Amino acid sequence: MRAATLFYLVLGAVALALPLLGVYPVFVMKLLCFALFACAFNLLLGFSGMLSFGHAAYLGSAAYVTGWLMATQGWGTLPGVLAGAVAAAGLGLVVGLLAIRRQGIYFAMITMALAQLIYFVCVQAPFTGGENGLQGVPRGEVLGLTLNGDIALYYFVLACCAGSFLFIRRVVHSPFGQVLKAIRENEPRAISLGYDVERYKLLVFVLSAALAGLAGSLKCLVLGFATLTDVQQAMSGEVILMTLLGGVGTFFGPALGAGIVITLQEYLSDRVGPWVTVILGAIFILCVLAFRRGIVGELQALQARRQARALSPGANAARDE
Amino acid sequence: MRIRTILGLLGLCLCLASRAAAATDEVVIGDIDDLSGVYADVIGPNGIEAIKMAVEDFGGKVLGKKVTLLTADHQNKPDIGASKFREWADQSSLNLLLGGSNTGVSLAMAKVAGSKKIPFIAIGAAGASLTNADCTPYTVHYAYDTTSLAHGTASTMVKSGGKTWFFLTADYAFGTQLQDGATKVIEAGGGKVLGSVRVPLGASDFSSFLLQAQASGAQVLGLANAGNDTTNSIKAANEFGIAKTMKPAALLGFISDVHSLGLKTAQGLILTTAWYWDLNDETRAFSKRFFAKTKREPTMLQAAYYSATTTYLNVVKTVGSTDPDKVMAELKRIRINDMFTKGGHIRADGLMAHDMYVVQVKKPEESKYPWDYYKVLRQVPADEAFGSTSTCSLLKK
Amino acid sequence: MNELMGIALPPLPAVLGQMTLGLVNGSFYALLSLGLAVIFGLLRVVNFAHGAFYMLGAFAAALALEHLGINYWLALLLAPLAVGALGVVLERLLLRHLYGLDPLYGLLLTFGISLVAEGALLQHFGSSGQTYPVPDALQGAVNLGYMIIPLYRLWVIAASLVVCLVTWFLIERTRLGATLRAATENARLVQAFGINVPLLVSATYGAGVALAALAGVLSAPVIQVSPLMGSSLVIVVFAVVVIGGMGSILGSVVSGLGLGMIEGLTKVIYPQASSIVVFLIMALVLIWRPTGLFGKS
Repeated sequence: MRAATLFYLVLGAVALALPLLGVYPVFVMKLLCFALFACAFNLLLGFSGMLSFGHAAYLGSAAYVTGWLMATQGWGTLPGVLAGAVAAAGLGLVVGLLAIRRQGIYFAMITMALAQLIYFVCVQAPFTGGENGLQGVPRGEVLGLTLNGDIALYYFVLACCAGSFLFIRRVVHSPFGQVLKAIRENEPRAISLGYDVERYKLLVFVLSAALAGLAGSLKCLVLGFATLTDVQQAMSGEVILMTLLGGVGTFFGPALGAGIVITLQEYLSDRVGPWVTVILGAIFILCVLAFRRGIVGELQALQARRQARALSPGANAARDE
Repeated sequence: MRIRTILGLLGLCLCLASRAAAATDEVVIGDIDDLSGVYADVIGPNGIEAIKMAVEDFGGKVLGKKVTLLTADHQNKPDIGASKFREWADQSSLNLLLGGSNTGVSLAMAKVAGSKKIPFIAIGAAGASLTNADCTPYTVHYAYDTTSLAHGTASTMVKSGGKTWFFLTADYAFGTQLQDGATKVIEAGGGKVLGSVRVPLGASDFSSFLLQAQASGAQVLGLANAGNDTTNSIKAANEFGIAKTMKPAALLGFISDVHSLGLKTAQGLILTTAWYWDLNDETRAFSKRFFAKTKREPTMLQAAYYSATTTYLNVVKTVGSTDPDKVMAELKRIRINDMFTKGGHIRADGLMAHDMYVVQVKKPEESKYPWDYYKVLRQVPADEAFGSTSTCSLLKK
Repeated sequence: MNELMGIALPPLPAVLGQMTLGLVNGSFYALLSLGLAVIFGLLRVVNFAHGAFYMLGAFAAALALEHLGINYWLALLLAPLAVGALGVVLERLLLRHLYGLDPLYGLLLTFGISLVAEGALLQHFGSSGQTYPVPDALQGAVNLGYMIIPLYRLWVIAASLVVCLVTWFLIERTRLGATLRAATENARLVQAFGINVPLLVSATYGAGVALAALAGVLSAPVIQVSPLMGSSLVIVVFAVVVIGGMGSILGSVVSGLGLGMIEGLTKVIYPQASSIVVFLIMALVLIWRPTGLFGKS
């Protein structure tokens, strides 16, 4: 626990100092948005055991809502971003009500199908601009401070993401989070204990959608546009990859996974060109087959093994089995 | 252990983000494009070949500086396109960006061009807003836009008696823009649009829509779509014998589409193109070189890549520098005369206006040699094809 | 006039025509969801790569014709065999390691496989794809009284109905099918009777994948053979399977055909919605019967 606190303190310090180190603010902001997106997704998959195969719908539609309100309706930054997250939550409520009627893979397939429906609506709806996208979204200002400079916006996005991250931690460690964990481990038992499982599941689904939406709204603010990329099914797949690669059910894993996937996409785009999709697919296969716990999960397991070994040197052989 | 690993990874990211800036004794041309997705056939890796050919023609040098080419695959994601552009602008002292293919990505990159003051030549994106609502002083729109595509086919068909139309329209911005543009031309020519059906993206079976078209009794079947939508609708029109009662007319079609369909299926189709490899000796000479490298005849967009690169390098030579404002001023002053266009010119709003061609796909028995696919019906003059109205704010000064 | 809620109703022959065409698309849905159901029944794997195998089937046929001169009829047999064999190899090499784990991993693994397959083919063949000619014996059209339909489309309906019937018969009425169903219920017990269950599992995956490839070959003369032809189709088929009830053979066939027809009707009444109608129906079915029309809870 203490090591973790230290780690987050270091991480926080690095994040605060990042713009001074001459790192690309826009890129880091994009990373932050995707990290938040992956953490929101992980709240659902990692801590509640529900695999949504359509999370792009919340990311994308929130981006459109924020973009549309700010670009054409003259909304300010805070209300715009908030409205995006609220819209995503509303969408999550509708999809959640339908999807939680089934579990496991059915849940995955239903969320995917409904996300595809939302995608088609976005393609056709006039305010999204179709494949042109919604361009020219202003960054606006917060509390009188203009966000037009990259540094100012960086701290705004950092604050939002860090706040959401702490919020997710709080939710997971709360009694509510414990019930979610119980549902994940054994749903029938949770029901027999008298918990209204459906309500818990619905609530966490809406929370996850709202946070994913927040990520989308922030991304729209950072980049100044909302496009079909964010609602596409491929994006739903990418967020799964991020979470899986970093470590399902770990706190920092999804953020790390997001960092790796996004950096890879950018880094590979002018090196291997057309092979990006194939490489991502191969990483997917590798993750599922070889290290299902993800990077952070594997590291944690390694550490746990070491500690166990240090405690009881005699039990080595048995533990390594 | 864990912390060290993660810090190591963070460090790695830092290194990636701050790679050493390139030396300034070179001219850097970037190409950000769809190299792997749905547009890869019409531009893609072979578009890069075309740029390389243009650079080779200058001996790889201009003003005594080496010409360097950077390429990236935007994967049809506007954020990747825009951030790669920004990265090159800041760290590789980019002088010119080519690319696009996807309108969403192109618009995002045009924004960066405006703020970084780097000339950006958009090729392959059809969206007319690039030189209208979203124009910048540094954007040039090459090859075609929705206006010129809609105009070419529609005006030619109406003149040759195709007065009644039925549209198969892709149900998103691009399709509706094409249909609206064509409808204006048809109605101005005394024709009439009897109906249209808006086909959702991703439909692979067009037969039901085609039966509706047939039932309308219209003479012309207007295809306001692109790529696999176009090829699938032509395939179904052929299968259902609709091509016998209606004249299929595509507003946008590429030679690669015709090649993949085959003449037996595509014959008789009328479409608008910015360029055709078999127009004259100059185009054939270029295509021969291109074919030697790629084993395919160039599409109009690949030819446009060559032309745009050549034009830029020529301008740099005349101006004697790569200063963006001087280059843009000269680009908008000159007339472009090369194998792609004769007398083409870049207007104040950034649109490269040039003659377009309306062609008809040959019957299999008319085709004398490989890739002998089109007969030219009409050469549409630049002003007629591209129109003269623009809402670009640069014109209001 | 034929107006209903402001939407003009088309005349009857047009409706019948659209429903017939919908039946053609429904045949593809049925074949694909049948393969998914067969695989899911025994392996508990939701095969996301189904669309990719459908595409591979079409490509196998197109390449066989172009390079080896193998005609349509032979391809109808050989392409599913080849793709089925590939499926068996993938099952042995990759999927096998996931049995006993959460079925979600199977979904994720096959998702990765589909990314690799589509990306690699896109890289090699480009997106515009290839055209496959209608075989000579099926050229021409038939007058059904209310519409003139190309012979090939009728053949698609007939062929897929026969294949679905045969599959249903194999699984529900033969000894092999009985073994298969028994293995679904209790693999260890069946193994104890001396039946090679791992082989049975590989063969089943191969067969399910071969059904997808068969659908691919059947569709090759109708639509452009391109690397992305299966990527959005698979999501629609997922919805079909959710509507029908996963693992139900009859359910997948009936709902495949039915949804094809409903989609066909939507194309004429309100074409913009034709891409989402299946998803909307799925939502309604979930409210009314969460286990699907033919599913057991």
